[in-house]
Amino acid sequence: MPAAPAIPAPDRARPAPRGPEQIADRVTWIGALDPDLRNFDVILKTANGTTYNSYVVRGSQGVAVIDTVKQEFTAEFLAKLETVARYDEITTLVLNHLEPDHTGAVPELLRRAPHAHIHVSPRGLQVLRALLKDDFDSYRITTVQTGDTVSLGDRTLRFLTTPYVHWPDTQCTYLEEQNLLFTCDLLGCHYCDARLYNDKVGDFRFSFEYYFDHIMRPFKRYVTEALDLIEPLRIDMIAPGHGPVLRAHPREYITHYRRLITKRLASETGAEKTLLIFYVSAYGATAQMAEAITEGAAESDDVRVSLFDLQGGDVTPFIDLIEEADGLAFGTPTINGDAVRTVWDLLSSLVDIDTKGKLGASFGSYGWTGEAVGMVEARMQGLKMRVPEKGLRIKMHPTAEELEQCRDFGRRLAAHLAGRPAEREIDMSALLGR
Amino acid sequence: MATAKLTFTDVALTVNVPAGTRIIEISEKIGSGITYGCREGECGTCITRIVEGQENLSEPSALELRVLKDNLAGHNDRLACQCQVLGGTVKVRPG
Repeated sequence: MPAAPAIPAPDRARPAPRGPEQIADRVTWIGALDPDLRNFDVILKTANGTTYNSYVVRGSQGVAVIDTVKQEFTAEFLAKLETVARYDEITTLVLNHLEPDHTGAVPELLRRAPHAHIHVSPRGLQVLRALLKDDFDSYRITTVQTGDTVSLGDRTLRFLTTPYVHWPDTQCTYLEEQNLLFTCDLLGCHYCDARLYNDKVGDFRFSFEYYFDHIMRPFKRYVTEALDLIEPLRIDMIAPGHGPVLRAHPREYITHYRRLITKRLASETGAEKTLLIFYVSAYGATAQMAEAITEGAAESDDVRVSLFDLQGGDVTPFIDLIEEADGLAFGTPTINGDAVRTVWDLLSSLVDIDTKGKLGASFGSYGWTGEAVGMVEARMQGLKMRVPEKGLRIKMHPTAEELEQCRDFGRRLAAHLAGRPAEREIDMSALLGR
Repeated sequence: MATAKLTFTDVALTVNVPAGTRIIEISEKIGSGITYGCREGECGTCITRIVEGQENLSEPSALELRVLKDNLAGHNDRLACQCQVLGGTVKVRPG
């Protein structure tokens, strides 16, 4: 007699459809589990899937829904909601972030609870308009900022404006009487586990940091501002929009975020501005330019200049350096009408960090056309950098006079970094062809 | 032709422009750090601080006013993709 097929043991971490979960007195999780998701927003791998967390807060004079779920989980979300509140009881809908994974169920929820008063950040309005289309004007919508509150009777929701963590619209909501902070994407992670709480789920530390690196890292300056608002609060629980509910040691997660945004070895540079010069050279001409530019920039006492041959390093540590630098210069030859791949690999990776406002410059030797320098300048502008000096191109190997031009280019870059550039004036006609 | 002086303080450059020029027409060509998103006055990415010469700019449209308000812009902020320099001297920097 053949053996009976083995029946797999139930995996406690393997999410089954689950019902609502009361996470605190009169606060209920009504989110959705998405265990099979393996890629989020194109840019993130999700080995454990994710959750879309939504919450209901019941007060003596009203019920609030905090965020919703991705559109395809609408039915599941509404089913959970209906077990804890009637639609006519819902007085308040808080949208901490308007990205579709949190607002997918909003249109259907509003169709069933059209009287719900929507609270959203001012920057959230334009996305809400796009979400609700022609119905936008038929709903009661209020924009809220830090300090504004909504009363549910014996429960109070207080809002904290925390933009760019990671969209312009993001905000947090604090349930005052229970020291419970709803953070949406901030302090969240893509980690699906039906056990729901951070002290019950599997080891999600990798997911927490991976999420920070890819979602929050480009917005470190705004994470800093958000933490400044959050840290003074008494916090007994953090309820994010993705991943585990942080009920055990919630303060540790805030402290860890603070650690992740803190500059490393800041005392290494002190008050000096930093200029990193990267180059790739085929025949040594662009390397000669890079060295001369370095010499010129290094004449400035208040600018610390570093020179790197890109072919001798890996991308990741360079990104860490660039994140904390004030200025960047890239040297590339033009090969087959383009900048070389090594340069593009680094430039394309800079999407993971904040480069806004950094000084950028480009230079390179060429044999025929020399368009690589302009291409790199355009990329730097796409990275929101300022590029005050037109890129320096030299045909073939530089002469002694051209090397002096390179030194002068370096001097001018240093002057921009040090805040003492020579003021220039031109006519608009000089820009023709740019 | 009436002209104006438009200064981008983040790159220390002044451009002499014909009256009616929009900031967007110049800023990218000279490498200013003012950045753009939709370029149609809707997204607010190009919010720019007017350091000097606010009175020398075109009046904001109703759409620009709404976008500035939604984005919590200050009194000296304008959208670089929308406002025109009408004359005199205007100094700007990325918002």
